[in-house]
Amino acid sequence: MDRKFGRFLLIGLPYFWLLVLFLVPFGIVFKISLSDVAIAIPPYTPTFDLSAGWEGLKSLISGLDFENYIWLTEDDIYWKSYLSSLRIAGISTILTLLVGYPLAYSMAKAPSEWRPTLLMLIILPFWTSFLIRVYAWIGILKTEGLLNQLLMFVGVVDEPLQILNTDTAVYIGIVYSYLPFMVLPLYSALEKLDGSLLEAAQDLGCTSIEAFWKVTFPLSMPGVIAGSFLVFIPAIGEFVIPDLLGGSDTKMIGKTLWAEFFSNRDWPVASAVAVLLLLLLIIPIVLFQNQQERAQEAEK
Amino acid sequence: MNGRFTWFNTTSLTVGFVFLYLPILLLVLFSFNESRLVTVWAGFSTKWYVELFKDKAFLDAALVTFRVALLSATVATILGTLAAVVMVRAGRFKGRTLFSGMIYAPLVMPEVITGLSLLLLFVAMGVSRGFWTITLAHITFSMCYAAVVVSSRLVTFDTSLEEAATDLGCTPFQAFLKVTLPIMAPAIISAWLLSFTLSLDDLVIASFTSGPGATTLPMKIYSQVRLGVTPKINALSTILIGIVTIGVLVASYLTRRSEARRKVDELLAES
Repeated sequence: MDRKFGRFLLIGLPYFWLLVLFLVPFGIVFKISLSDVAIAIPPYTPTFDLSAGWEGLKSLISGLDFENYIWLTEDDIYWKSYLSSLRIAGISTILTLLVGYPLAYSMAKAPSEWRPTLLMLIILPFWTSFLIRVYAWIGILKTEGLLNQLLMFVGVVDEPLQILNTDTAVYIGIVYSYLPFMVLPLYSALEKLDGSLLEAAQDLGCTSIEAFWKVTFPLSMPGVIAGSFLVFIPAIGEFVIPDLLGGSDTKMIGKTLWAEFFSNRDWPVASAVAVLLLLLLIIPIVLFQNQQERAQEAEK
Repeated sequence: MNGRFTWFNTTSLTVGFVFLYLPILLLVLFSFNESRLVTVWAGFSTKWYVELFKDKAFLDAALVTFRVALLSATVATILGTLAAVVMVRAGRFKGRTLFSGMIYAPLVMPEVITGLSLLLLFVAMGVSRGFWTITLAHITFSMCYAAVVVSSRLVTFDTSLEEAATDLGCTPFQAFLKVTLPIMAPAIISAWLLSFTLSLDDLVIASFTSGPGATTLPMKIYSQVRLGVTPKINALSTILIGIVTIGVLVASYLTRRSEARRKVDELLAES
């Protein structure tokens, strides 16, 4: 009896916590996305009145409709935000791969006594504040910033370039912030690589560049895929980077949701934006989980 | 295969690490700048640190942030460890799929969605927002990270050690306290550290779930940064980076030492 109760408590405590503070809130988001905005506290209608019981529930349900979703399809700012989030996340993922691959490759090829230190150096920035790391780029990318000073000093450009508040700055910010997420899975895939395979390829007449494309790169594919998903999925919903580094015409869905909520105070539309963002993310998340499961099967 | 540094490897490592560290180093450098501009060097000065410590709003925000982080990291580590034990040890039970889904989903959930959904919950429940709502929100997402960290270590745990303890007369609960927990300690400590830094770092979820009177450091930094770049923020950032760097270095030193000690113990046990 006592053990059974212990087991119930062990499972029940974290379960109950997550149900109340993770799952139920999503139900509320969905419900409010079907409500209408109102000048009241809370700023939406209808609200659920517990004391009215069954009648209250009926009037609640009859007050809900899909108006906000229709509104989202009619106003093209939302479509553009979703598409531009996908585009920015996609381009940033490719750029992160291009920067991260040589780094991970060189780490995996470094003398083995060096590898723990190199790994530590990759992880360390991940522990320092995300906000501070994004902030650091503002001083570099500003019109009168350090990068422009350098470029003008070297003589590459005569006039300062406008980099901050453009999509380019957003790409730089995402590549910089998410680089560890790309490098770590790539490194673990490349480190496992059996060196004798490369020797065999070279014995059979491959140049080292051919051997890389025919042996190393295909074998590192699980790392490439895992790293790309780990950058792509969070980048879609990113708020801080487009807000601080991007311009007023950088549309990303996280920023749109934030503005809808904090500036327009339209909670129902913000909720509808959140529901659609979640639907958009489910596809890459499910793909990623399937790929991870297959990779684990392959390990066995 | 032991590698070596070819010119390609050396170049790409150098370029990669310069890219990762140069922005942070420049940020630290310009916190000691005499001038108000953060991009033109005008001589060494520590006046921005003095100004920072005179600013009561920053000190208040720092206090709120550390209190939230301490409390949320501690509760999140306890709940996360419980959740890890459930995932690895509890076997089958009703709603297991939902449970592991709820553990993994917050890890990939965009912060704006988590923040919005928690705020709407707090509004629906009619609780006043502030210190406690931020703490509850931070516990919820940190416990999932803690669960993942602890469970990855728990999977490789040798259960025969626990069996030996129960054979020697321990109750299962005693065996867990006396055998499992000490061996799991490094994973639990790193789960706590991760939860602590996640809470320290969070802007988006705190902005949604806080109310008047509770401003965290990231919220304060964000509102200042939106007004423009100031060396005061550089000074604050330098202090935070210093704390985190020392923390991570000490933690990695401690885990390396305990790993080394464990290896010595194992060798002694085998001989």
